[in-house]
Amino acid sequence: IILNGITAHLLPTYHSEGHSGQYYMLPPAHIQKLFPYGLPPRFQLQIKTFNEGCVMVRPPALELISYLKRADYSKPPLRYVLYGDIGTGKTMSLCHALHYCYTQGWLIVHIPDAHLWIKNCKELLPSSSRPSRFDQPIQASQWLKNFKITNERFLSKVQLDRYVWTKRESTEKGQPLGELIDQGVNRMKSSSDVVGAVLRELKLQAGGTTEGEGAFKLAVAVDGVNALWGKTSLKKEDRTMCEPEELTLIHNLRKMMKNNWSGGAILTALSQTGSVFKPRSAYLPNELLGEEGFDSMEPFVPVSVSNYNEKEFESCYLYYLDRSWLQHPHSRSEEGKKELIFLCNKNPSILERLCAAL
Amino acid sequence: RASMAASSCRGVRSILWKYGSCGKNFCVSRSKTVPQLPVRHICVSSALWKKNLAAAGPQKFTLEFINKQVEEFEIGKRHLANMMGEDPETFTQEDIDRSIAYLFPSGLFEKRARPVMKHPEEIFPKQTAVQWDAEGRPFHFLFYTGQQSYYSLLLLTGSRWLLKEEIEEYLVENISDHDYMRMIQLMEKLLSMPYCSLEEEFILKFRKQLEVQSSKHEIPALQYDPQGVTFSVADGRRKTAKASITLRDSGSGNITINGRNYLHYFPLLQDREQLMFPLHFVGMLGRFDVEGSVEGSGHSAQAGALRLAISRALLSFVSEGEVEKMRQAGLLTADPRIKERKKPGQEGARKKFTWKKR
Repeated sequence: IILNGITAHLLPTYHSEGHSGQYYMLPPAHIQKLFPYGLPPRFQLQIKTFNEGCVMVRPPALELISYLKRADYSKPPLRYVLYGDIGTGKTMSLCHALHYCYTQGWLIVHIPDAHLWIKNCKELLPSSSRPSRFDQPIQASQWLKNFKITNERFLSKVQLDRYVWTKRESTEKGQPLGELIDQGVNRMKSSSDVVGAVLRELKLQAGGTTEGEGAFKLAVAVDGVNALWGKTSLKKEDRTMCEPEELTLIHNLRKMMKNNWSGGAILTALSQTGSVFKPRSAYLPNELLGEEGFDSMEPFVPVSVSNYNEKEFESCYLYYLDRSWLQHPHSRSEEGKKELIFLCNKNPSILERLCAAL
Repeated sequence: RASMAASSCRGVRSILWKYGSCGKNFCVSRSKTVPQLPVRHICVSSALWKKNLAAAGPQKFTLEFINKQVEEFEIGKRHLANMMGEDPETFTQEDIDRSIAYLFPSGLFEKRARPVMKHPEEIFPKQTAVQWDAEGRPFHFLFYTGQQSYYSLLLLTGSRWLLKEEIEEYLVENISDHDYMRMIQLMEKLLSMPYCSLEEEFILKFRKQLEVQSSKHEIPALQYDPQGVTFSVADGRRKTAKASITLRDSGSGNITINGRNYLHYFPLLQDREQLMFPLHFVGMLGRFDVEGSVEGSGHSAQAGALRLAISRALLSFVSEGEVEKMRQAGLLTADPRIKERKKPGQEGARKKFTWKKR
């Protein structure tokens, strides 16, 4: 159905070039399951206000989805990096592609913002398993909870290897994933190691080495991937700066980023807004990832995201008009539209802030 | 005295209410299409509710109020005549006084304290009508001279007395300073007399017209690119910030400042609005490309300098009438405000040191 340029209820599988610039509605059930914390905060506010989540179909997301459709999943996964200026829609395109994966029935490993793991951590415990590492129990358990909500149907299907946590606790071979996650959520001390174990298991079992029943494709989506190779703003107890290497979560995530497994895809997006110690004008991959990050991520498929073009701006403007978001009568005229174009230079996030309430 | 008379009028009216047809008309016609803005309850302390009686000055009466009082007086006069059994048409002021003295016998010794019914012209003091409109802008252009009627006579604005040299030229004779001063004094005396407009011609011979300010702006020249694109160059300054821009025609509204996009250079909305003002005022928002360089001072001053530069550059693309409008809008005036000097014995330019009583 196409109403006012909104192709509502059409699944991402069917999106094509012709739909570029039009809005499609995210089903509320999917939003609750897939994106408890995945969407940008301002977009979440918009969903709450308009009572629905509408995402614009844009060329970068379409490109990403077409690659995902055509990729060969018996080979190591391709790494896609969304890069672009601030506020051009990298996170939204990532979420769009992730929604496609979800509708196709993939297992989603989504880290909404890797920067949250390298700054503002209240508790930094020395790791229980390895002496030189540090754990972040709060972040790890939070992530495990979200993972549980997103991938409910896979929790009973995936079988595990044997893991030993402490002298008395161990996970036996063949137990379902759900149990492991429950244990990680309940026992905060070992939650970071649980995260590591979960990632390792999924890596080994993706791609359907077993029969058709247990086969699943793995989508690893990381937003703010430049956090993994930058600096942290956390301090150890002796007041020296912590390296990202020394954090368990980051270490495991880096292992995930390597393409020594098969049967899935790695979708990432760079982000300057949450990053620490990076200048505001940096937006290219080699600037934000740094040398180390660039070398580890190579080879990757870069996808550039830019400001709205004329057609997309028109579509966004009409959407806001349709939802009665632009209240001032002057904004409905040509003059008002030109003013809006000038003030935001067709940047999506600035346009949104401009049209927003106080 | 005024309140006694007013209340007596009202008293007459209220006694004869059944004859009165001058009911108050409430025109409550609210158009339903206008949305009602939510009423904000602002809590204010009771000290503010007390009226500052001293600051109000003599009580002011609006023209409508005086007209209403006149109407009521006329009607009351007729009712009084009816009451006394006399002819309403030939009821004079003396008859009114007599009737009031009969109806309201008063034993007061002070004659001015007794009840009085007179024409409102005599009761309410004469005031000049309000000289300004609802926004506080005065109607007459000479309002701020204090004597707008005086200066509007005789074309005294826009002209000045001839200088001593010019009078010598006119008279082909030498005159001393003392003579010149005496002559000017006599001319002023002549002006202060009534009927001086009869000698207007004679007086105007000794006055010289001043040049009109508005035609003094230098319009930068229109230059042509090798491709045939018209462009103009202009400068602007504000508070130590210097800006210089090239305004190119047939562009698409891109603005580059110091090599960076204006969205990156001015992340604050207020600065971008300053840039938008001249183009929006003339109505040519999407038509020009601006390439500018600015240095010095802070972001606000730089935005102001760029705005002045853009307005000056626009002069060459715009008609005469528009130039006058821009001047009146304040786009072409350089803001003379600069940082005030810090004085010795004070903390800053105005701030004094803490005042100690002893």
